[in-house]
Amino acid sequence: MVALTPAGDFRASYRQDMTLFPTRNSRRGVWLGVLLLALLPLPALLLGDVVDEDGTLGGLLGALDIGRYGMGLLIQIGFLGIAALGLNILVGFTGQISIGHAAFFGVGAFASAWLHEHGVPVFLAMPLAGLLTAAVGLVFGLPATRLKGLYLAIATLAAQFIIEDFFARAQWFTGGVAGRMTEPPSLPGIRFDGEEAYFYVVLGAVVIMFAAAANLMRTRDGRALVAVRDHYLSAEMMGINLAYYRTLSFGIASFYAGVAGALYAHHLQFVSVEAFNILFSIQFLGMVIIGGLGSISGSLMGAAFMVALPELVQAGADALANGPLDHALKLGANISFLREMVIGATIVLFLIFEPDGLAHRWRLIKAYWKLYPYSH
Amino acid sequence: MAEEAPILSIAGVSLRFGGVRALTDVSVDVRRGEIFSVIGPNGAGKTSLINCVSGRYRPTEGRILLSGQDITHMRTNRRAAAGIGRTFQNLAIFSHMTVLDNIMVGRHHLMRSGFLGGMAYWFGGAEQEEIAHRREVEEIIDFLEIQHIRKAVAGQLSYGLRKRVELARAMALKPQLILLDEPMAGMNLEEKEDMARYILDLNEEWGMTVVMIEHDMGVVMDISHRVMVLDFGQKIAEGTPEIVMANEHVRRAYLGEAVEPTE
Ligand SMILES: Nc1ncnc2c1ncn2[C@@H]1O[C@H](COP(=O)(O)OP(=O)(O)O)[C@@H](O)[C@H]1O
Ligand SMILES: [Mg+2]
Repeated sequence: MVALTPAGDFRASYRQDMTLFPTRNSRRGVWLGVLLLALLPLPALLLGDVVDEDGTLGGLLGALDIGRYGMGLLIQIGFLGIAALGLNILVGFTGQISIGHAAFFGVGAFASAWLHEHGVPVFLAMPLAGLLTAAVGLVFGLPATRLKGLYLAIATLAAQFIIEDFFARAQWFTGGVAGRMTEPPSLPGIRFDGEEAYFYVVLGAVVIMFAAAANLMRTRDGRALVAVRDHYLSAEMMGINLAYYRTLSFGIASFYAGVAGALYAHHLQFVSVEAFNILFSIQFLGMVIIGGLGSISGSLMGAAFMVALPELVQAGADALANGPLDHALKLGANISFLREMVIGATIVLFLIFEPDGLAHRWRLIKAYWKLYPYSH
Repeated sequence: MAEEAPILSIAGVSLRFGGVRALTDVSVDVRRGEIFSVIGPNGAGKTSLINCVSGRYRPTEGRILLSGQDITHMRTNRRAAAGIGRTFQNLAIFSHMTVLDNIMVGRHHLMRSGFLGGMAYWFGGAEQEEIAHRREVEEIIDFLEIQHIRKAVAGQLSYGLRKRVELARAMALKPQLILLDEPMAGMNLEEKEDMARYILDLNEEWGMTVVMIEHDMGVVMDISHRVMVLDFGQKIAEGTPEIVMANEHVRRAYLGEAVEPTE
């Protein structure tokens, strides 16, 4: 019940007591993590010429190298994590619901590509795409001032279909069935092409977006969002304008989705109208549930889990290839089918057995080790 | 005696829910600086009356004035800034927040940083603002003696402590008028004594006018300056505790006393 902090970790001022990280070690851990991640692309970047055919390299630096494919997965975790964080602010922290998050992600992707096509540099187009998506999100978030629960879910479902339909029709914006090509970001002299360089763009965005959300949640408006979720009647009594904060959380969630979508667009350098369907929206909900509703770091864990899961399914199918199980179930041919089923099953299992998500499990594990061996 | 304008003036308030008459033509003035208790049997309309003042319900008829200003139709979320704070009969804390955050929410209407300022914590004024308000919140925490549970999740506390957290949150609003709906319900004797002391102090030292609904007649008689009795949505008596207790209607309606017919 009472928060455990290590002995000797004293706070002499309110400022120290209000830091983002609960303990000195957790702060160091995060910085160390960011630093290590920042080192990851270096082997390939510095020794690009001596990279083996398969994208790996030997020697000491090679130990750090996770290959082009692994780098691509990390990039995905990065932008999906940003989008999941946005959804978590809406669902986890404010207690609303959206089944249309992928559509907003799509708005950001197309908006950034469209802006760039019209002469806006990518580094400017990406935040602008976020703002544009936020504006769209605010409009579709307006029903939230009146609707709750199932009714709101249906309203956001409508948003999903309306926006998808718009993508299909607005050829000027999306390029229609052909989709829209776009370019990677660049600064004078540097072009962030290739996985290694683009990784830094995503890493920077993740750090900024996660720090901003963590800051928000420890200040006035963040507390107001949680108050609206926990007890809206008394929140109103505290002077909180319910309509404003319910709409605001849609705006913020869409901004995050939009920026994430933009990062996706300039990574793939191609945006297709079919990519942002309801299944993708549900995957975002899955990330938030698996990572932990109302957890900042959980949003990233959920995204990582969702990216890793299909890889694991694939690895499992590969391991079983040509075995009796493979012949019986035709794993190879049904692999995409299998992936969806595993994702669905995982969400259900988490809802039943781990409703507080990975972030909560992580806290329990940390608490266990803090007290070890006296943890019982 | 030069009469100061009453801090709260309830003028001819009626409240109906379909066929149910929760309040019928209730008029009462609460004077600045007093502890004013509302008593009456269950279902008498006490909570409904407080809800009309706090904005949860809109009176069907009548007007409510706060320091002379008509607030009958003021939006609920504006009333915190107008100077009204309250606690609820059934606990209404933010269960998943820490005690500290619960109380900090009470500062909402006194703070200025928006979401952008919050996100840019270190660069705008948000950090400074948080520290300044944290300081004032800590005074309330000290006053209510809840230092040890500052960082605890509010929903996991005992009932008595949760009541105290809710009071702390209402105090953080810096209200001129604080409405307490059964602040001692479900408490043991010791907790009740503490709560009575807090109420006296927040009235005398923190300068808040208190309107309190309470069933414990001992406490009501001890700490109230004046008392109003509601029965079936109507005011049947008002005055000092002694006068009210002496009232025959009150003894019959509220205390359920079989008053001998006076022939
Ligand atoms: N929201 C509501 N809808 C319908 N009836 C209500 C509502 N709130 C209160 N009432 C009715 O008004 C009457 C007074 O209730 P209340 O003010 O809660 O009484 P008290 O607080 O004195 O016990 C009761 O008959 C109650 O059923
Ligand atoms: Mg009541």
